[in-house]
Amino acid sequence: MTKVGYYGKYGGMFIPEILHSTFDQLIRVFDKAKNDPEFWKSYVNLMSSYSCRPTPLTFAENLTKQLGGARIYIKREDLNHTGAHKANNVMGQGLLVKRMGKSRVIAETGAGQHGVATATMAAKFGFECTIYMGAEDVERQRPNVFWMEKLGAEVISVQDGSQTLKDAINAAFRDWATNMDSTHYVMGTVCGPHPFPEMVSWLQSIIGIEARKQMIAINGDLPRKVYACVGGGSNAMGIFNGFLDDPDVELVGVEAGGLGLKTGKHASRLASDDGYLGVCQGYKSMFLQDSDGQMKDTHSVSAGLDYVGVSPILCHLFDKGRVRFESASDEEVMEAENMTIQSEGIIPALESAHGFVQAFKEAPTLKKSEAVLINMSGRGDKDIFTIAEAFKDKKWKDFIRNKGEQYNA
Amino acid sequence: MLEETIRKAKTENDILLMTHLVLGYPSFEENRKVIKEMANAGVELIELQIPFSEPTADGPVILKANSQSLENGTKVAECLEFAEEICRTHPEVSFLFMTYYNIIFVYGEREFAARSKQIGIRGFIIPDLPPDEAESWLSECREQELESIFIFTPTHSSQRLKELAEVSHGFVYCVGRRGVTGNRTEFDASMTEQIQKYRSATDLPLALGFGVQEKADIDFLMGKIDIAVIGSKLIVLHEASGAEKVGDFLRSLRNRN
Repeated sequence: MTKVGYYGKYGGMFIPEILHSTFDQLIRVFDKAKNDPEFWKSYVNLMSSYSCRPTPLTFAENLTKQLGGARIYIKREDLNHTGAHKANNVMGQGLLVKRMGKSRVIAETGAGQHGVATATMAAKFGFECTIYMGAEDVERQRPNVFWMEKLGAEVISVQDGSQTLKDAINAAFRDWATNMDSTHYVMGTVCGPHPFPEMVSWLQSIIGIEARKQMIAINGDLPRKVYACVGGGSNAMGIFNGFLDDPDVELVGVEAGGLGLKTGKHASRLASDDGYLGVCQGYKSMFLQDSDGQMKDTHSVSAGLDYVGVSPILCHLFDKGRVRFESASDEEVMEAENMTIQSEGIIPALESAHGFVQAFKEAPTLKKSEAVLINMSGRGDKDIFTIAEAFKDKKWKDFIRNKGEQYNA
Repeated sequence: MLEETIRKAKTENDILLMTHLVLGYPSFEENRKVIKEMANAGVELIELQIPFSEPTADGPVILKANSQSLENGTKVAECLEFAEEICRTHPEVSFLFMTYYNIIFVYGEREFAARSKQIGIRGFIIPDLPPDEAESWLSECREQELESIFIFTPTHSSQRLKELAEVSHGFVYCVGRRGVTGNRTEFDASMTEQIQKYRSATDLPLALGFGVQEKADIDFLMGKIDIAVIGSKLIVLHEASGAEKVGDFLRSLRNRN
């Protein structure tokens, strides 16, 4: 018996015995796919025909002028099918599910992006699909729930614990421990037990591979810095993967600063001093927990970053000094969101806007000959309810009130 | 050692009982009452579950008990103090800690093992700590002469059952079916076959849990396994009818009709 899936002191496989054989099979199938060039080819083909890969690299000319420093480039993961980078991982895992011969997929979702992506994949591949979502998130994200159900998925509102993402993950694990013979758990991020961190990071590396080529083709040089928001860390690992071997490219992960690191109401595991080494949901990593080891409630304006743990791979890269971590407060996020919409006509998801915050702080300090790259992990326009509310938009509120009255009539 | 204690008890009873409760739920006072009932009913082993915020291997009943206990403000230090008192009050019962690994990891493996020994705990059931990840923890347990109980499940290969048997001490906890705690289990011919597979993997005593709910289940298991584990059922009964009823129920389980 040996430990597997470690990145420095982080990672591992803390799984209940009932899932031992299931993980054996998953590791076997994943290892085979990883070493099979045909698998990657079929993955890229699928993503270029069913989604919009390669996603474009956009030069943000107006923001660059306004901020007066480095040239700002945006990797447009928002233009993926279903509107976020989540589709990459999900479609890739869908291909693995076919290889394993399973007929049902389950997934957790916070904001609903990963749930919608998984329900979409299930519809395309003909799998049964159940999505676990914290009751509080079901309340906040009705439009995504609507689409998941339309796509044929059963959405289960999880009433346990804090009724958010971590509770949805627990519920998905419980389902898997019962239905492992027919079912694959499509974990949405680079967390959880081995092989998930490696597998999701590998599937998301498609972002970084494209972005590196595009930077050279369009900018003529690599960026000085690459920014990505970090919840679990899948979009960040995706884009960072393209630049890990370029020591002159600084990699910056931006966590949810919520109401401010000092308030305790945030989700910054590495950028704050509140994260401690622990073991939860199958992996060893940095968690927001109390001195007894109980997980704390987290806070962020963006549901997708509102999570207690973070990728073991990112923790290791942080320890090695390869990735720097910063945080962006809810307030800063809304400013960056507004500025990007008005200057570029591009609407980032609130998650993605965290990366923009830090890039806007640092771009003016760089030379005009240099470039920075932001991973725009998803689009914000489809989260109109959340964003309109975060902007406290009065006309929107009136519209909702009127709509409510019409339904009451 | 725990194995000897179990073998000795087996000379007096055809099947032993192991019960379970979540510390601090509904309250330590109620825990105290129900443990007394369990001990008076002759229960040989009791699992004391230290609550954790993310109990992924537990079903709805125990899950709710975990979160309710934490909402009551239960701390690990209190659980340890309470366990110390209980071990002292009921020396005839073998007490085990059941909890998730993070509780031990954050407390410190060495410190947790030493404190458990001092309290009088006999061993541990940690559902999210497979032996592959347990090397340092197992060496702490060996040092303190405490038992680590691993889990046999219906999804295991014979190879994995052998691996688990090699690292298990005291007894092996066998799961009757797929899934989490608390749901119904079918006690039928396929269960008998499953138990035979477990039996051929180890000479250690076998406990069987997950879904044991009534006397008929115990009758079925008699002669097939050594220890019947009753968990969620007792929490529900305690909640609905109080600690005394738990005692009555447990006494009825081994009554000869």
